[in-house]
Amino acid sequence: MKSRERTALPGGPALPIWALLLGLAAGMPALEPLFARVFPELQSPLYPLDSFLTLLAAHIELVALSSSLALLLGVAAGIAATRRGGSEFRPLLERVVAIGQTIPPVAVLAIVVPLLGFGMPAAVLALALYGLLPIVQGTLAGLDAVPDDIRQAADGLGMSAAQSLWRIELPLALPAMLGGIRTSIIINIGTAAVASAAGAKTLGSPIIVGLNGFNTAYIVQGASLVGLLAIAVDSGFEYLECTLTGWRHEGSAPAVGAHDELAQTLP
Amino acid sequence: MIRFEAVSKSFAGDAAVDRLDLTIEAGEFTVLIGRSGSGKTTTLKMINRLIEHDGGRILFGGKNIREFRPEALRRRMGYAIQSHGLFPHWTVEQNIGTVPSLLGWTKARIRERTHELLELLHLPADAFAARYPHQLSGGQQQRVGVARALAADPDVLLMDEPFGALDPVTRLALQAELTRIHRLSGKTIVMVTHDIDEALRLGSRIVLLDRGHLVQQGSPASLLAAPANDFVRDFIGRSDIGIRLLGLGVVRDRARPGETTGGDPLPASATLREALSAFVTRQVRTLPVVDAKGEPAGVLHFADLLGTTG
Repeated sequence: MKSRERTALPGGPALPIWALLLGLAAGMPALEPLFARVFPELQSPLYPLDSFLTLLAAHIELVALSSSLALLLGVAAGIAATRRGGSEFRPLLERVVAIGQTIPPVAVLAIVVPLLGFGMPAAVLALALYGLLPIVQGTLAGLDAVPDDIRQAADGLGMSAAQSLWRIELPLALPAMLGGIRTSIIINIGTAAVASAAGAKTLGSPIIVGLNGFNTAYIVQGASLVGLLAIAVDSGFEYLECTLTGWRHEGSAPAVGAHDELAQTLP
Repeated sequence: MIRFEAVSKSFAGDAAVDRLDLTIEAGEFTVLIGRSGSGKTTTLKMINRLIEHDGGRILFGGKNIREFRPEALRRRMGYAIQSHGLFPHWTVEQNIGTVPSLLGWTKARIRERTHELLELLHLPADAFAARYPHQLSGGQQQRVGVARALAADPDVLLMDEPFGALDPVTRLALQAELTRIHRLSGKTIVMVTHDIDEALRLGSRIVLLDRGHLVQQGSPASLLAAPANDFVRDFIGRSDIGIRLLGLGVVRDRARPGETTGGDPLPASATLREALSAFVTRQVRTLPVVDAKGEPAGVLHFADLLGTTG
């Protein structure tokens, strides 16, 4: 069983995508003649209210804040539900989070806005709630997948519950958790565009303004950057996953001395 | 070293261990044996409080185990299990260093100890220290499991069917290894198995359990020579008792020194059971014996197999 070599890890692809994203955000004004050509009927073929770099930064900030909140809540809830004292809450947790996911993001905003008013806090909270499910599921699946004998060995060797969690269970659950976190953040990047409807400034602003004013150019400008951002973050995660779980990719060396097991012990 | 006084444990109303009295002396190799459901694993796990007993008391070095913090107690008792339970994201070196690092040893001391143990278990450190468990064969993984249990030089070694998942050849090799480690270190070892041959080969004392009760305990020879009842007789294999008795004796003790004869020699360290097999397959009445260096060490006569055993 020869697994992937460390050198083949996709650390490379992430960087060019990020460069393309930043380049496009910074250079969008230079593309104005192109948009004017494609959409000749539009008076203003370039979104004028903010620079795209500002919007990109604001979008990333919103995603970072809301995803951090979702990560904190989701992982904590997942850990709590797999501890001895918390297992009773597990079905409830799973149900609540799943129900949260079935409500469309716009509806989540509609619920949160009356509570927190328009603007950043409302958007952050709505996005965090919406991003919980994959993180909770990933954490539960990851912790469930830690084999019983490993857990028992940790106990039997004298690790405290906290030591077993930090040193053994969480590192082993990490691949599944990262999968959930990755899904959550990617969804979040897309949903954050909708959050412009709650008054947060994001890459969704040109899209919403474009939809209202029938300006397809604005929509294309906003959407292309949102898409690129999602791809860039996704490829960054691929790199992260390979780095953090490197031990799984170490090839299995030929079992030296497997055959002379007996010979070694003869007197 | 370890004393059970009328210890009981029940799961959901069913008694797994019922008023068990048992004393394990320091330096002894005690084997707990019985069928599944006999309470042998429960008994073992009660010693390091992986399972809490609910009646009677267990003393460790004269002190009630309830007076220890469970983690502190476990760090003083090495623990090895059947499926080795190695941490897959840690290298061999990190795995072996688990308990020392929990005890706060310095890095240099842990490293030194790890390498010493790898040598002891015939896994050269420069080839194995940096490997991950999935890069080892089953026997090597189990060796690392044993090394990990020994790492902090514990007072007691608890082993829960440590060789249960290994093929017969590897199993035999590791049994020999464990006997050697026991001889070298003089550690108190408590091991659970359901394999009577393993118990006879390794144990200095065998404790036979059935449905939570102690049926018989004693040296391998005493168990074979005087089974307490039909259950014991059945367990050790009625028709094979004689053969198993032979398995406890060594050729060295029965050979007539000074004599010589022709033929393929037997090593002096072979068991009488192996000698019997050699007599039968070769159709002879005498066999030459050689010592570890290959020097003649006398002759074994077929008739001498029937000496007083044990």
